[in-house]
Amino acid sequence: MEYVAVIGLEVHLHLKTKTKAFCGCSTEFGSQPNTQVCPVCLGFPGSLPVLNKKAFDYAIKTGLALNCKVQNFTKFDRKNYFYPDLPKNYQISQYDLPLATKGYLDIEVEGKIKRIGITRVHMEEDAGKLIHKENCSLVDFNRAGVPLLEIVSEPDINSPLEAYEYLSTLKSILEYLEVSDCDMEKGSLRCDANVSIRPKGETTLGTKTELKNMNSFKGVRDALDYEIKRQSEALNRNEKISQETRLWDAKTMVSVPMRTKEGAQDYRYFPEPDLPPFLVSDEQILGLKNEIPELPTEKMLRFIKEYGLSEYDAKVLTSDKKFAYITEERIKKYPSANKKPVVNWSIGPVLETAAASKMEPADLIIPGGDDEFIKLIKLAEDGQISNLVAKSVFNESLKANKLATQIIREKNLFQISDESSLEKLADEVIKGNPGPVQDFKSGKTNAIMFLVGQLMKKSGGKANPKVVQDVLRRRLTDV
Amino acid sequence: MDITKNTVKHVSHLARIDLCDKELDKLAVQLKSILDFIDKLKELDVKDVNAASHILPLNNVFREDTLSESLPLEETLKNAPQKNDKFFGVPKVIE
Repeated sequence: MEYVAVIGLEVHLHLKTKTKAFCGCSTEFGSQPNTQVCPVCLGFPGSLPVLNKKAFDYAIKTGLALNCKVQNFTKFDRKNYFYPDLPKNYQISQYDLPLATKGYLDIEVEGKIKRIGITRVHMEEDAGKLIHKENCSLVDFNRAGVPLLEIVSEPDINSPLEAYEYLSTLKSILEYLEVSDCDMEKGSLRCDANVSIRPKGETTLGTKTELKNMNSFKGVRDALDYEIKRQSEALNRNEKISQETRLWDAKTMVSVPMRTKEGAQDYRYFPEPDLPPFLVSDEQILGLKNEIPELPTEKMLRFIKEYGLSEYDAKVLTSDKKFAYITEERIKKYPSANKKPVVNWSIGPVLETAAASKMEPADLIIPGGDDEFIKLIKLAEDGQISNLVAKSVFNESLKANKLATQIIREKNLFQISDESSLEKLADEVIKGNPGPVQDFKSGKTNAIMFLVGQLMKKSGGKANPKVVQDVLRRRLTDV
Repeated sequence: MDITKNTVKHVSHLARIDLCDKELDKLAVQLKSILDFIDKLKELDVKDVNAASHILPLNNVFREDTLSESLPLEETLKNAPQKNDKFFGVPKVIE
């Protein structure tokens, strides 16, 4: 039987503030355990939480960027449960009046745009970190109280690939907004998935399971692949799917049911009495909306229109905000109307070199800066140096920290396009290769490529291949 | 509102309070009388009153995103019943 997967994703995001959500402790990652704590985030009696304005603004901006309706009235609630990483025995969260609702995110899957609904965006605080030892567990509360944003999607996602695209698109937007580091390895972005399947053509939903513990976007895709297959096989055997939480293991590529405590969770939400409610005026919302920068999709469309880029090129260039910015600066500085060479160089050598040296593409230092980079591209484009030479000059320039134009001058790498000097070489090649010459003359025109190759070799790679072919052709028919 | 022994059992578990059988019986009666008393509020007509989410006429209380000093580690762990190096120690929990 053929099944359709129904997937909803829940993303938790650390907001990039200097201090925690409700106190002035640092949010820095990787510090000594329990050194970024105070009576508020440790839940000491009598302490009072006060909301971080920046975290609140970041949350609203994110809601707006995800096309949500930002609520004019929002409040916090207590979610009550006992766990050693939760010092107050409740988490400050939002229950019935989240700060933003009913948004959407457009993703592109196999060339088609699909709209994924966003149910809600709400603020809460993170819990501490547990480290499990042989006989006991250790608690570090540095993370307790770090501002979190929960972004819940509608179950509009129908395949692991769509889930992957949703996460990539979301991450790209969040990075453009500069509200989060989005680093899954450091736990600043976490994702849980709800998934069920139903026979194709039917509308009743199947029993869903919740997947946790995925630590990369690929992990989310793999875990979903596995779970959809597992559920399909179970249904084919007429087994029932039990509603459970399953933990993904990236090493074994298998998920196992989480051991659960007896009885359903009972969080007893109630309004947080320590925090007064928040009123957000339309003017404030508009003000924050105006602070939202051009987002990846808008930038991509503008690149296509303004610089005549292909959709693919525009997408690659705009996936990283900083890289998009520096590349656009270079495109603007490039003196010709056809901007394609700068794009090709940015997507080609620049991205390749950055990837090879494990650097952010925007951090790649080109000796002499944009001016040298553009000169090099222009020289190649004008045929003064060959493309191959240009690329090796680029690599050498970065490695030796030397100006590209200096290398070209010192090594005399300018392409030979001068016909009289090429004619001399052409005659030598024709003399030295009677076989291929005969082939060419008897109609095997492809044989000229061999002669071109020979001439290129003789010139030390500096001859202009286009001119070489013209000259050879002429000498072969003349002589 | 009907408070059974099982309700008390459930609530006491949520609050992590161990109660014996006798206590459960006793508290069921007491909790019921407390809730019945509170139920008196239902007699009021609150049709035109907005639900309150806070008792004080306050809103939009913020702080700026500026660092303040955290506690010294020694102070933080001072009252911990169990500690291990720089950590709070707790009985082992497994997910």
